[in-house]
Amino acid sequence: MSAHETKYSTVLQTDPLTTSYYVRNLEFWYGDFNALTNISLDVMPSAVTAFIGPSGCGKSTFLRCMNRMNDLIPDTQVGGKMLLKGADIYGSGVDPVDLRRRVGMIFQQPNPFPQSIYDNVAYGPRLQGVKKKRDLDDIVEDSLKRANLWKEVKDILDKNGLAISGGQQQRLCIARVLAVQPEVLLMDEPCSAIDPTSVQKIEDLMAEIKDEVTIIIVTHNMQQAARVSDYTSFFLQEVAGEPAVLVESGKTSDIFTAPIDKRTEDYITGRFG
Amino acid sequence: MSEDKNIESVEAGKEGLRTDANPSKKTLTHTPSVAMREFAETAAQREKPPEVRPATKLQLVSRSTQIKEAALASLFFICAFLAVLGVALIFAFVAFRAFPLVTEIGLWDFLTGTTWSVAEGTFGAVPFMLGSLVVVGGSLVIGVPLAVLTAIFMSEVATPRANSIIRPAVELLAGVPSVVVGFFGVVVVVPLVSALVGGAGFGPLTAWIVLSIMIMPTITTLSEDALNSIPMGIREASYAMGATKWQTIWKVVIPAAKIGIIDAAILGMGRAIGETMAVLMVVGNAPQIFAGISAPISTMTSQIVLEMGYSSGTHRTALFGLAAILSLISMSLVLTVRLVSRDQHKKRKKVKKGGVA
Amino acid sequence: MGTNLNPNNEQRKTGMQVLKELKEEHKKSDSGLGRAHFNNRVALGVLWGATGVTIGLLAIILIYVSYHGLSVVLQDFPRFIFTWPEGVNAEGGIWPTIIATLYSTGLAMGIATPIAVLAAVYLAEYAKQGKIVKTIRFAADSLASVPSIVMGLFGLAFFVETLGIPLSMLAASLGLSLLMLPIIMRATEEAIRAVPRYIRWGSYGMGATKWQTVSRVVIPTATPRIITGLILALARAIGETAVVFLTMGIAINLPIVPTDSGRSMSVHLYLMAVEGINLPSAYGTAFLLLLIILILNLSARWISKRYSRIEGA
Repeated sequence: MSAHETKYSTVLQTDPLTTSYYVRNLEFWYGDFNALTNISLDVMPSAVTAFIGPSGCGKSTFLRCMNRMNDLIPDTQVGGKMLLKGADIYGSGVDPVDLRRRVGMIFQQPNPFPQSIYDNVAYGPRLQGVKKKRDLDDIVEDSLKRANLWKEVKDILDKNGLAISGGQQQRLCIARVLAVQPEVLLMDEPCSAIDPTSVQKIEDLMAEIKDEVTIIIVTHNMQQAARVSDYTSFFLQEVAGEPAVLVESGKTSDIFTAPIDKRTEDYITGRFG
Repeated sequence: MSEDKNIESVEAGKEGLRTDANPSKKTLTHTPSVAMREFAETAAQREKPPEVRPATKLQLVSRSTQIKEAALASLFFICAFLAVLGVALIFAFVAFRAFPLVTEIGLWDFLTGTTWSVAEGTFGAVPFMLGSLVVVGGSLVIGVPLAVLTAIFMSEVATPRANSIIRPAVELLAGVPSVVVGFFGVVVVVPLVSALVGGAGFGPLTAWIVLSIMIMPTITTLSEDALNSIPMGIREASYAMGATKWQTIWKVVIPAAKIGIIDAAILGMGRAIGETMAVLMVVGNAPQIFAGISAPISTMTSQIVLEMGYSSGTHRTALFGLAAILSLISMSLVLTVRLVSRDQHKKRKKVKKGGVA
Repeated sequence: MGTNLNPNNEQRKTGMQVLKELKEEHKKSDSGLGRAHFNNRVALGVLWGATGVTIGLLAIILIYVSYHGLSVVLQDFPRFIFTWPEGVNAEGGIWPTIIATLYSTGLAMGIATPIAVLAAVYLAEYAKQGKIVKTIRFAADSLASVPSIVMGLFGLAFFVETLGIPLSMLAASLGLSLLMLPIIMRATEEAIRAVPRYIRWGSYGMGATKWQTVSRVVIPTATPRIITGLILALARAIGETAVVFLTMGIAINLPIVPTDSGRSMSVHLYLMAVEGINLPSAYGTAFLLLLIILILNLSARWISKRYSRIEGA
């Protein structure tokens, strides 16, 4: 695997400050198992980047490296360099709690807290020290509007967050994250467990907010990647037990119309995975 | 559940075939009890001469097998019914033996009387009810926080390796017989309390310490179950928002597990009220009104053990009266837990439709 | 709440602006996050402390009782276990009390096990979910919650005084079996319910009757867990004092037939402890009781652990 070389249809940046994420030679281990190797990648600000690849190819693992959620799993290790706006997120003295306040995350399963819709959205701002009811009201309304959910829930804000539909729950989770004004929004297959109407609404809101928030989405759905993203990265684990690699990365239009690597072409045209 | 349905439909099919052959027995199939119905069916079958059956009938299971099945089913039912019978018998018997209290002492005098004297023949339950209340209340104040914090530590903080030591330890503590804990109280806690607050060392303070050791494992185990049933996803969501571990525990996990933790505390309370030997050995056993943390008192349970052996007549009736109060309290605690968790169950059901992992 | 949230007002800062300023402030001073981390550390420290107290209590009890009890038991080993108590102060061994304990709990287990297991089979496999099951389960829960002293009182007044059974192994074991019944029933029912459905489907699919499926597939699969439940119920009965105190009597006697009376280890410990005349005997008895219960608990753990490993494979 050491011979592997990623193909780039866009030139890798040399100045970390021009990128949102600046990743060079990233390695990841679960215990003795080397899950990811030699990942180098730029994530551009104010754009949507999609990570695609077959199941188990490490794209979710990579995503969870980006806000250090993997720290919660015992016995994991990270090597290489990952900079957020030029700051090393694995540098000494970097607080994962602080990092996660800047980088929001949406999970595959909607996971609202078993509390009211209002309290769900107000959770983050309260953590950050917003106390006044009026300010919280503002933030809740604003965030729910940005998450395309306000119209549906404005009269039931005190209802339990688990009592609404799965698609609404997922948008509630998005509103909850947007309420803390993250710089980056990580989405781990956000649409795989919900209804098509909500998928549409989520794709719409991604287009609306991407100017303010850098979005990275992991998806299995090729059409979705093509529809919503500006950049695409293709991950692959070719042999079970071997680490996964980044095969190809670049503009979505390039990847989907003129892939450089044969394996990318095979995957996109549905020949494997 | 659904395999039961399969079997039911098979049986329903058989029934249909059978009633065709013997329509006069049809009404029997409407008897309410399953076991009785099956008995009736097999009885009906025994009466039937075999030549009445159409030759085409599918009959692979022999009649003797069917009879055996039905007989076994009713045997199991009887066993299950014994549990109901046992409880009913206990409650009925205690009530029956306590009932003469109404005429011999007077219910009101018994429940409000503050003097208990066998020699004078006055039996007021207040010192023991108050004693139980004081002892249980104090032990909950010490035991519940310790137990819940331990449970939180186990489910949220401890590594699997640490838990492989803590969990067996808690289970083992639950298994230590109350007479051993009481003995430990006598030889260790009593001298300690005596040295700290003076007096003989027998009294409420000692009972609080000993009793909280008794109830802690119950509350810890049940609270930990409640905490573990909270989906991992909502913890991740909270961490991903930049919450610290404690913020996640305090603002997300505990509110979500609240009902389970309350249940655990109620069941711990039930355990404390019924606890006998450990309390008996350290509380001092003086039928007096609570007068400070080191003044000996007595509880309902300890008084029964102490005096049952030599009691007779009205005295014995009064002891059964204490037992009746105890039974009523423990029964109502079970009912409370049922009501609380049923409400939560309903809520969960409604919520499940949302498709939460 | 709801629709009457304030619309954004030009004169004042919006919530988002407030939040942004707060974040800027935090970035500069690190105060907000610093406090969160401080609270976090304090709270985790409290959790550590509470757990330490819990584990410490167990350790103190075990070590204290073992330290004093072991020397009693080991002195002229195995004299303490195999000789009779002698004289007014019950010096010497505790042999008859060990036998009385084993006799009564063994008998109680023999009475409670078949009833409890079959009742659980009924609940888990035969009964239709409805009123009957609810009633039975509620009864079992109530039985489990009856204070043991009430159980003892009932045993004395019903089995001994009403039915005329003398204070004896039999009366005690009837009382103890009431105590064990709900524990075994609960464990068995859970064990049976934990048997995966597809295993039953496999048997029914071959044309097996319900009893054939239950007896040849379901119960064997559930056996390790049922045994775990039995062991725990046994441990509970061995330590039980109140019931035995009121139904077995307190005379030191080696029981031969079920109607013989005797004194159990737990009752012996209680009497020695409150009379305070022979503390060494109390320590020795407490140590042996703890040892028995420790062994039973560990074997229950071992069985369920081995079982889950097989299940996992």
